[in-house]
Amino acid sequence: MTDAPLLPLFILLTSLGIAPLLFALPERSAGLRTAINLGAAGLKVALVAWLSWKVSQGVIYDLRFTVLPGLELKLQADPLAILFIALSAVLWFITTVYSVGYLEKGPHRARFFGFFSLCVGATVGIALAGNLFTFLIFYELLTLATYPLVIHRGTAEALRAGRIYLIYTLGGGLVLLLGTLGLWVLAGSTDFVPGGILSDVAVAAPLAAQLLFLVLIAGLGVKAALVPFHAWLPIAMVAPAPVSALLHAVAVVKAGAFGIMRVVYEVYGIETAQALGLTAPLAAIAAVTILYGSLRALSQDDIKRRLAWSTVSQVSYITLGVALASPIAAIGALAHLIHQGLMKITMFMAAGNLAEGLGVKKVSQMNGVGRAMPGTMAAFTLAALAMIGLPPLAGFVSKWYLATGGLEAGQGWVIALLLGSSLLNAGYFLPMLHRAWFVEPGAAAPDGLAHRRIGWMLAAPPLATAALVLIAGGLANAPFSPLEWTRFIVALEYPQAAFDDLPEAF
Amino acid sequence: MTELPTIDWPTAVVFAPLAGAILAFAWPRRAAALGLASVLVTAGAVAALALQVLAEGAVLTRLGNWGAPLGIDLRADGLSTVLLAMTVGVGAFVSLGALDSYAPARADDRTRRYFWPLWLLLLTGLNGAFLSTDVFNLYVMLEVIALAAVGLTVLGGGRAAVRAGLDYMYASILGALLFLMGVGFVYLELGRLDFAGLIAAEPAPALTAALALMIAGLLLKTALFPLHFWLPGAHANATAPASALLSGLVVKVSLYVFLRLTQYMPLPDELLVTLIGALGAGAILWGGIQALRAERLKLLVAWSTVVQIGLIFVAFARAGQVGLAESWKAVALLILAHAVAKAGMFLAAGRIKDEVGHDRIADLDRSPIRPTLAQFTFALAAISLIGLPPSLGFAGKWVLMEGAMAAGYWHWVGVTMIGTLFSVAYFSRVLASFLRFDRMRSPVAEHQGWALADAAPLILALSALGLGLAAAPILAFMEIGYPFGATP
Repeated sequence: MTDAPLLPLFILLTSLGIAPLLFALPERSAGLRTAINLGAAGLKVALVAWLSWKVSQGVIYDLRFTVLPGLELKLQADPLAILFIALSAVLWFITTVYSVGYLEKGPHRARFFGFFSLCVGATVGIALAGNLFTFLIFYELLTLATYPLVIHRGTAEALRAGRIYLIYTLGGGLVLLLGTLGLWVLAGSTDFVPGGILSDVAVAAPLAAQLLFLVLIAGLGVKAALVPFHAWLPIAMVAPAPVSALLHAVAVVKAGAFGIMRVVYEVYGIETAQALGLTAPLAAIAAVTILYGSLRALSQDDIKRRLAWSTVSQVSYITLGVALASPIAAIGALAHLIHQGLMKITMFMAAGNLAEGLGVKKVSQMNGVGRAMPGTMAAFTLAALAMIGLPPLAGFVSKWYLATGGLEAGQGWVIALLLGSSLLNAGYFLPMLHRAWFVEPGAAAPDGLAHRRIGWMLAAPPLATAALVLIAGGLANAPFSPLEWTRFIVALEYPQAAFDDLPEAF
Repeated sequence: MTELPTIDWPTAVVFAPLAGAILAFAWPRRAAALGLASVLVTAGAVAALALQVLAEGAVLTRLGNWGAPLGIDLRADGLSTVLLAMTVGVGAFVSLGALDSYAPARADDRTRRYFWPLWLLLLTGLNGAFLSTDVFNLYVMLEVIALAAVGLTVLGGGRAAVRAGLDYMYASILGALLFLMGVGFVYLELGRLDFAGLIAAEPAPALTAALALMIAGLLLKTALFPLHFWLPGAHANATAPASALLSGLVVKVSLYVFLRLTQYMPLPDELLVTLIGALGAGAILWGGIQALRAERLKLLVAWSTVVQIGLIFVAFARAGQVGLAESWKAVALLILAHAVAKAGMFLAAGRIKDEVGHDRIADLDRSPIRPTLAQFTFALAAISLIGLPPSLGFAGKWVLMEGAMAAGYWHWVGVTMIGTLFSVAYFSRVLASFLRFDRMRSPVAEHQGWALADAAPLILALSALGLGLAAAPILAFMEIGYPFGATP
């Protein structure tokens, strides 16, 4: 019973379809370009809301198109897809407003917005992919669409960063292609099915299944910035602020984490993955990445670089929650997919505002910036506190579920890990907040913090996402909050778990 | 069955371009209009033939009603028809591109006068080769193609083009001679030259020798490493539309003949299949290194052709001798992918050269002139040649790797992946310079590089990208009439 079976396709087209239009638009038609951008982004939010409603009512969307014999391009709107797509839709709208403000009068805007919408379209495809083959196609499209954004400034430094970015991500894509082929040859299917498709293979050829897991996680781990595939992420910081914001919140790193989720839950199935002994090493890698990223963040003076290392650490919470193989931890992982996106995009937009409004790009220049840009710094502060894990903000909710899930799975070390990571989070965020609010601007400040006015298009977006951070944490138990939706998903992935026993949040 | 007035489409497909060639030669002032019209008529005939093949299966025409083994038969099965469609489709867009490249402002009179007859003669030869059912007819068509192709190589070029054209001619003549010797052996052994005779023949040493000679000739003509020496110079120095035809179409016909012969006359030994694959791997590595070092855009694109030919032979060998019954599909998909993408890329490279005024890769980012659309087209074509989804190149690579993996031939998987990395490396040399803006003296205004002439390459590149999604129907079509089944 579907009244609009093509709805997922329309959502995909709101972003992909306008890209050619944006490329073709003359550079000077700024008004029209903004209208198209915001119109499409707004339309997408509405369509995604409609789709979420339908899916929550049990409607199943499944679009297939045969590409090679037996191999289908498949779009499927399941609850997990909705989670990611909703994040992408909301943040696209907000980031578009921010980008319009940020790039005002800058060069190459036609190109920028064209690739920007391709990039967002690729994340929609990744979310809706109903099999690994489709996922791979959009995964590669994402790489190609983000490369021109990363090197948007066109300087030697940007190109160098872009080259490293391309080597890592295309290399990862090639490894994922190998894994997808392996899955296809081994299982005869690449479909995402709750409970997985590899349970038979795991019995017949456990070694092949284990090797395949290694290949798949390596391919996805590049984008998810798992150690040792993380080096590109801090380097890609040369990108303009809205690009960094999008890269860290929804697009690239999330695509990797989301893929790991799909592979563990719906290719292998959590039980099979556990039986093959794959979840424990994955959890270990995630734990190492969480600590290493935080440690490296401590010593960065460049604000965006510090935030980037923090992303390396924070995104691995998602992988950790998946790998703990406990339904409660899974709730934490899924919720963190959303929460980390909201928090990190706030911080990157705030960092962009500091650079635009005050010329402040380093932590050591942040003295007194709170007084100069109170709104921006308030948003930044809220997001930073949430990330440290202050209740009742969003980051606390994620960490709470991860820790409880760790206990449930009998992995007490997770508590220590989360405590240690939170301490490190505090270690690199609190000094920034301290400088911003409590230290007088000194000689180190560029231009003595002479304030250039930034327009509302730059000022409002971080405030909006900060408000979402507050809402996602404070109203975590309200219907249609990210947390509630994740329970819906986990009920699908862990059909055996008795959900009445799951703790209500606080 | 109701009687419909039927046109013999296979004959029309061969004779329409021949008539066009003669007319364009006889009436040089109207050459462009006549040429374009003739290409369009041929395209219509191919479309009609494709519909007929789709409805009825393979179509056989006996010229003069002599019939094999004495007369000339033309046969269109699925594979032939797909390649005919590829040829005339690519040819039509290259023709449109040629209208701009050989516009009176850009090319001299002689170039404009001779391009159309040569190209239409080439089209006649290509179509004839794809429809041939006997090896002597194939030999004739290969000679027609070589004649026209050498002409196109030297057309409108300077001294370098003439020298490259000479190399090309020597290679071509030697290749044709080897092929003809093979044909002679076949005739001496069997007394007939048609495919059906080859299939029915018992294995014999003379036939093995014949196959070896013909394969050697074909490999020389198709420029498989280490017999590729003539290709980069010829393809890089010709004018852009000619390069597009040479790289996109001409090298494909010898590949196609190779594919037919190796199916009809089984290779004596697994080792030979491996050797051919190994030469392909050599082409991927050597061509990749040369493309990394190339200083000119068109030379880089030409070296990429050497790489792609290598990849196609790896696809041939992907699952060994046993796998040949399936591997031809991977080969055919990659042939198709390369034809469309490379023609688009050469036309785009020509556009960039025309607009910027040179094609030195190192200086592209110094120019304040950025032919944006042509650069974009180049990037799209590169996506297909690298083999990124959803392009046709990706579909071909997928089928290649899938078969190799299923057969446990991991070395071919590895070679393909290394080739992919190489192609990323050499194409990104060019693409990065398109996007670099800190080395120019004067500001650049984007979107200044639009012209109607960008349409033809853009459509080709977009087709290469989008046709990957249609790989399943293409594969199904190619199997109509069982090109390599029990009954030819």
